Amino acid sequence: MAGKTLYDKLWDDHVVHTEDDGSCLIYIDRQLLHEVTSPQAFEGLRLSGRQPWRVARNLAVADHNIPTTDRAQGIADPVSRLQVETLGSNCKEFGITEFHMSDIRQGIVHVVGPEQGATLPGMTVVCGDSHTSTHGASAALAFGIGTSEVEHALATQCLVQKKAKNMLIGVNGKTGPGVTAKDIILAIIGQIGTAGGTGYTIEFGGDAIRALSMEGRMTICNMAIEAGARAGLIACDDVTIDFYRDRPYSPKGDDWHLAVRCWQKLHSDADARFDKVIEIDAASIKPQVSWGTSPEMVLPVDARIPDPAQEADPVRRQGIERALQYMGLDAGQKITDIKLDKVFIGSCTNSRIEDLRAAAATIKGRKKAASVKQVLVVPGSGLIKQQAEAEGLDKIFTDADFEWREPGCSMCLAMNADRLEAGEHCASTSNRNFEGRQGYGGRTHLVSPAMAAAAAIAGHFVNVAEDAA
Amino acid sequence: MRAFTTLTALVAPLDRANIDTDAIIPKQFLKSIRRAGFGPYLFDEWRYLDHGEPDMDCSHRPLNKDFVLNRPQYQGAQILLTRENFGCGSSREHAPWALEDYGFRAIIAPSFADIFFNNCFKNGILPIVLPAATVDQLFKELDDGYQLTIDLSTQTITTPGGQNIAFNVDETRRHRLLNGLDDIGLTLQHADKIKAYEAERAQRAPWLF
Repeated sequence: MAGKTLYDKLWDDHVVHTEDDGSCLIYIDRQLLHEVTSPQAFEGLRLSGRQPWRVARNLAVADHNIPTTDRAQGIADPVSRLQVETLGSNCKEFGITEFHMSDIRQGIVHVVGPEQGATLPGMTVVCGDSHTSTHGASAALAFGIGTSEVEHALATQCLVQKKAKNMLIGVNGKTGPGVTAKDIILAIIGQIGTAGGTGYTIEFGGDAIRALSMEGRMTICNMAIEAGARAGLIACDDVTIDFYRDRPYSPKGDDWHLAVRCWQKLHSDADARFDKVIEIDAASIKPQVSWGTSPEMVLPVDARIPDPAQEADPVRRQGIERALQYMGLDAGQKITDIKLDKVFIGSCTNSRIEDLRAAAATIKGRKKAASVKQVLVVPGSGLIKQQAEAEGLDKIFTDADFEWREPGCSMCLAMNADRLEAGEHCASTSNRNFEGRQGYGGRTHLVSPAMAAAAAIAGHFVNVAEDAA
Repeated sequence: MRAFTTLTALVAPLDRANIDTDAIIPKQFLKSIRRAGFGPYLFDEWRYLDHGEPDMDCSHRPLNKDFVLNRPQYQGAQILLTRENFGCGSSREHAPWALEDYGFRAIIAPSFADIFFNNCFKNGILPIVLPAATVDQLFKELDDGYQLTIDLSTQTITTPGGQNIAFNVDETRRHRLLNGLDDIGLTLQHADKIKAYEAERAQRAPWLF
């Protein structure tokens, strides 16, 4: 019998019941809650008179609507304020732990989970947010769900799921200068497309993945959903275990040693069978910049904007034409000639300490270009903000005329006051370049923190590979 | 949840691939703490010429007359015909809530994003996957007043020309949708199994208990 993949192991470990058609009841070890996708779930519990099955397995934090400026002022938008207050009152009513806006542990839910050890290797993790795939970097089976499933997980600690297929993406070799985890995942999405992983759980393997820090691995798994896969996974190794040592919610004492022994088995067996395997040469990946309105519309920084006339497939050709029109770009234009109006460094993809260090290192005492109206640096949590300030990174940013903000989702999706105006081009370390994502009519270019910082200095994209070489 | 059995209804074509949930319902409308009332804001940035905000009265907003759902011949459509990877991106269930509130009961496409596909079944919407060539054929056939009949129990679509097209839905999902069953109630019938699983798992992974 063939060995098991990491996904097989995690799945088998959580099956409570199997239906005749293969649908399974899967046990959920951790649910993370935020203000946007939970109010209707709590309302559902109230209407049916149900209580959470295991209240301690839930952890809540408001992040999407939270202001990134002075917290003492509260939330100006009354609709946003009501949503954040509703999370607070629901958590209080049902006895769920919540990190409030004034708590230093508050931050983006997918940054907070691993930082606190609230999401651990071997767990099943769900949240009403598609970027829950982030937690797969810790060899946890983690995926985004809708609000009905948030209610279901609250009420039963289980979800009805059908097992996905197994895909392995092996990234082998050594990445070149200026190439980060963000460039690796953008290059993967550029190659397999936004539906390339639909129906699969993607395990990312190979020595270029193993060489990444936990922060880099989280960036990779975060964007598995942008390749269509609900869940991304990376095997547990010493990097994973070291990361979780002494986190507030990590196991302690004998439990820690027992947990580590279990976690060391969280990798695919050598003879495991995958339904699909894709191999990528790490050395071939260049720094990436998205040019269109879908994450798969991405190219190396030294490339030119594609010409729809060269595309044979009519649906794809129409997609390119629409994207160029929305983005205000011309076929054949050099990517390094795209001028930026704003720069956003943050989001659950790239707001961890390593991301902030990379952005700060790129600045090297220079200032933002006068043509760039605003550069936002938004740390992923209060603790990351504190760490960055201890390292003096905030000073490097403010000296460069970047704005140093409070933690939250911010301009990744512009549910708070941070947003693009119509027509503005933004170099963004976030995950989605959909029409209107960062503000009505806004034009997003997805990049790494180093590329975003370099673009802020130059006013346009630059080949950070040459800078770093 | 409203059951889905059979439906004979007008079809609206949305000839575009990779439609994401940000396009289906933009983020500013996600600030609502209610589950209803999203229909007027469905495809807001494509449907209107101005920028929409929550609680706006949409009856006076300038319509984008080029957007297909604004054309007179598609008023009252309950079936949406579209292209691959429909519903990609954010997990927001507000997307199926908006589609349902607008009046759509079924969506036909060559493929759907996983989370959106799953969310549809929780809201009485039937997402139907057909081969790309069949979807292409429906787009070509579609003219004013084009109606399809969908029968979930026999898993068949009937075209105005009398052609029967088979589709497939997982048995568990089909049974729940046909009967409008409450998922949580069904899962709680397995409460003993959940408790037994927890007892066994607590032995293996005590740090989780």
